[in-house]
Amino acid sequence: MASQTILQKLEILADAAKYDASCASSGTAKRNSMGGKGIGSTEGMGICHAYAPDGRCISLLKILLTNHCVFDCHYCVNRKSSNVVRARFTPQEVVDLTLAFYRRNYIEGLFLSSGIVKSSNHTMEQLVEVARILREEHDFRGYIHLKTIPEADAEIVHRAGLYADRVSINVELPTDSGLTRLAPDKDARQIEGAMARVKSDITELKDAHKRFKHAPRFAPAGQSTQMIVGADAATDSDIVGKASRLYDNFGLRRVYYSAFSPIPDASAVLPLKRPPLIREHRLYQSDWLMRFYGYKPAEVMQATEADGNLPLDIDPKLAWALKFREQFPVDVNRATKEQLLRVPGLGVKAVGKILASRRHRTLRLDDVARLTLSITKVRPFICTVDWRPVMLTDRADLRSMLAPKSEQLELFTA
Amino acid sequence: MSALRNPDPGARYHVELPEPDDFDFWRETARVLVQCGIAPDRVSWSEPGGGVDLFASGEENVPVPPADARPVRANRRFVSLARNAALHSDPTRFALLYRLLWRLQANPRMMEDKADLDVRRLEELDKNVRRDSHKMHAFVRFRLIESGDEEEAGEHYVAWFEPEHHILRANAGFFMRRFANMRWSILTPRGSLHWDGQTMSEGPPAQRSDAPGGDPMEDLWRSYYASIFNPARLKIGAMVKEMPKKYWKNMPEAALIPELIAGAQGREAKMVEQGKSVFSGEFEQRPDTLEAIDKAIHACRKCPIGQLDNHAVMGEGPQDAALMIVGEQPGDQEDLAGRPFVGPAGQLLDVHLEKVGIDRRAAYVTNTVKHFKYVQRGKRRLHQNPGAKEIDTCRWWIESERAIVQPKLVLAMGASAARGMLGKTVSISKVRGAPIPLEDGSELWVTAHPSYLLRLDGPAREEQVRLFDADLVAVKARLAELAG
Repeated sequence: MASQTILQKLEILADAAKYDASCASSGTAKRNSMGGKGIGSTEGMGICHAYAPDGRCISLLKILLTNHCVFDCHYCVNRKSSNVVRARFTPQEVVDLTLAFYRRNYIEGLFLSSGIVKSSNHTMEQLVEVARILREEHDFRGYIHLKTIPEADAEIVHRAGLYADRVSINVELPTDSGLTRLAPDKDARQIEGAMARVKSDITELKDAHKRFKHAPRFAPAGQSTQMIVGADAATDSDIVGKASRLYDNFGLRRVYYSAFSPIPDASAVLPLKRPPLIREHRLYQSDWLMRFYGYKPAEVMQATEADGNLPLDIDPKLAWALKFREQFPVDVNRATKEQLLRVPGLGVKAVGKILASRRHRTLRLDDVARLTLSITKVRPFICTVDWRPVMLTDRADLRSMLAPKSEQLELFTA
Repeated sequence: MSALRNPDPGARYHVELPEPDDFDFWRETARVLVQCGIAPDRVSWSEPGGGVDLFASGEENVPVPPADARPVRANRRFVSLARNAALHSDPTRFALLYRLLWRLQANPRMMEDKADLDVRRLEELDKNVRRDSHKMHAFVRFRLIESGDEEEAGEHYVAWFEPEHHILRANAGFFMRRFANMRWSILTPRGSLHWDGQTMSEGPPAQRSDAPGGDPMEDLWRSYYASIFNPARLKIGAMVKEMPKKYWKNMPEAALIPELIAGAQGREAKMVEQGKSVFSGEFEQRPDTLEAIDKAIHACRKCPIGQLDNHAVMGEGPQDAALMIVGEQPGDQEDLAGRPFVGPAGQLLDVHLEKVGIDRRAAYVTNTVKHFKYVQRGKRRLHQNPGAKEIDTCRWWIESERAIVQPKLVLAMGASAARGMLGKTVSISKVRGAPIPLEDGSELWVTAHPSYLLRLDGPAREEQVRLFDADLVAVKARLAELAG
């Protein structure tokens, strides 16, 4: 152990962190290092300093403090019974690495998580210590995301929120029975209890900050969570339902989905087939429909097929529109914003542009084409002064006309 | 108002901007030109360093507007877009901005008409510049130079960057606010910026060779970049869209991309292979009869125990048994006999079952691990406890048996059996004596393994025997309740 270099530890502990989907660094309080002693700024919009060949943004130094763990969650590569190589950083090593990367403009900040060593409280203390050294000793004003451990004492989690921009607690699995089965050391009520406490801390200190300028900030970028998709039998309907309850109950900024990915040294109770990556994508799309397009969770669920899952070949918005064809075509010159948002192929921006433009001209199909990415996708569902889809929405083969031509979704399908 | 000072309605004008990013100069000039009523087709614009425009001819002196000229109107949206679009490298941008400003006088709400070609072009320029600025914030890579010079002592961070548009000066503030207490320079082919912790200064265009060639920290960064990438999810298109190749040459980590992509297939295949060693294709369907399980466990080599010189031992008992008794694994005698619980521990179990009145023949008796794990010592095979991972691997079989027999109550004897049921290691003394609900609606009772009793002597043994019997009595009572 003592012989491991920083480079070796970094390789092990970054590798172990790559299954976490989130790398967001946006939406926190604005600050900069002018007039301070330290370094760093956050200006609202997050920055992706690099992209990995998996297409994911690298914004933060995303590592584990250690991948030793006393828990035995079956989907996790770091579980107790797994044979992976273990490593452990000291808090000071993480601090030095964060600052060295930040000074060279490689990162926006730190996303720190950890396996559970000794006890939940001990581990949480170590995570908070990293954040404390960064903020207090180095006057670090960049972004910090701390993963919190639901089993740790509320007081320690509270301190984490005072240093961090964002805290997150993973619900791990969409159903309680899945959690009992795959994460036997975790408890759904404990997880939700911890999320509820974080929510009330955020609300309380946000309110205090409005009235007293010097009230401390608590996780100004809010809290988020992550669910693993495809490790248990939960359907997309279950997942959408769970996500919307989480948004409602705990005021989450984001629910991340992580398609269960084959992990080295997997446990035998895991599913045999890897879920297609596209399933994760469809869930994010449904998440978007609820957050930005005014769909209710029940409506998203209407888009699922008989088995409770969203279709993989077409996006959930198109699936919904094909099921409710009587709502179309929509007249782009007269329809309400809500109606336009339901048209497959029209995004929030395009709808905004249509609403603004139609005050100045009566829109023709060419005009709409200029405001959208793909008119072919939109055309069957709208009418303009010079266009009416002729019985198009009645065609039985509409779905196959609009579904993207079959492409290889996964590189290594069995 | 003298006629001479009035602009000539037919004259053409040419405006040369002092700097390619001098929006304020453009704004002042454009305001005057509009007030003088000079239509867009009579003005040409150029910038230093820009190519010579063949049609850029005309009066260089901007006329003076009449005193009663109407103020020029431009809404805030136009000004903010124009300020940014002016940084674009498109040489026709100033003409576009002037045309828009001219048209805005007649139609003040024109900016709302998103289908208008000029408006669209302006938004496009603005978007390109914003993107270039954003990529500059993201992809500038500083390298540290330790200066030994007395006066220049301390750390100096220097970056070489090649922006596509004239964005350097406009983004000085971002780097100043972020690295306020650091000494840094950003060198570009269009100019350079230097911050000493107090003041910002500008320098002439630079060359790549003016910037340092490396930084030892880049090894750590590259290793981070390679490790955080998940080879099971290769999406090259998504990467290139957000990180176009033109930026790669100045990013230390980008050199790794080709080998990461090339190696991804192998790395993922390895990950899948490691997974497959536990559950391969033949496992995909759960066997649906006890005979099928019996046959399959004899062929099972999914963990090291299955590869020893031993035989799988199948459970036995009625297929509709209400009680399932689960032990740890077959012992030496069970392995030879091919039946569960026939050795010393099995005989002790029979004694106690009989004592409390549980009929072993009515129960389904099996083990959580199907093969005998041992070490060879001379002629003897010494029992070894199965590891957590081996138990977890073997759960597949005990779960398949449970799915077929569907017992109302499962009695797990020993920590290994409990783990096989729960997936986690529990302390027997903490969980014994009370039912634990299982997912399928049945319930689990946990007690000690009879071989544990065999290893004890004296009062300790008496105490454990008492507890064991008590557990069996409780199980019997509970079975009667469940049956009724």
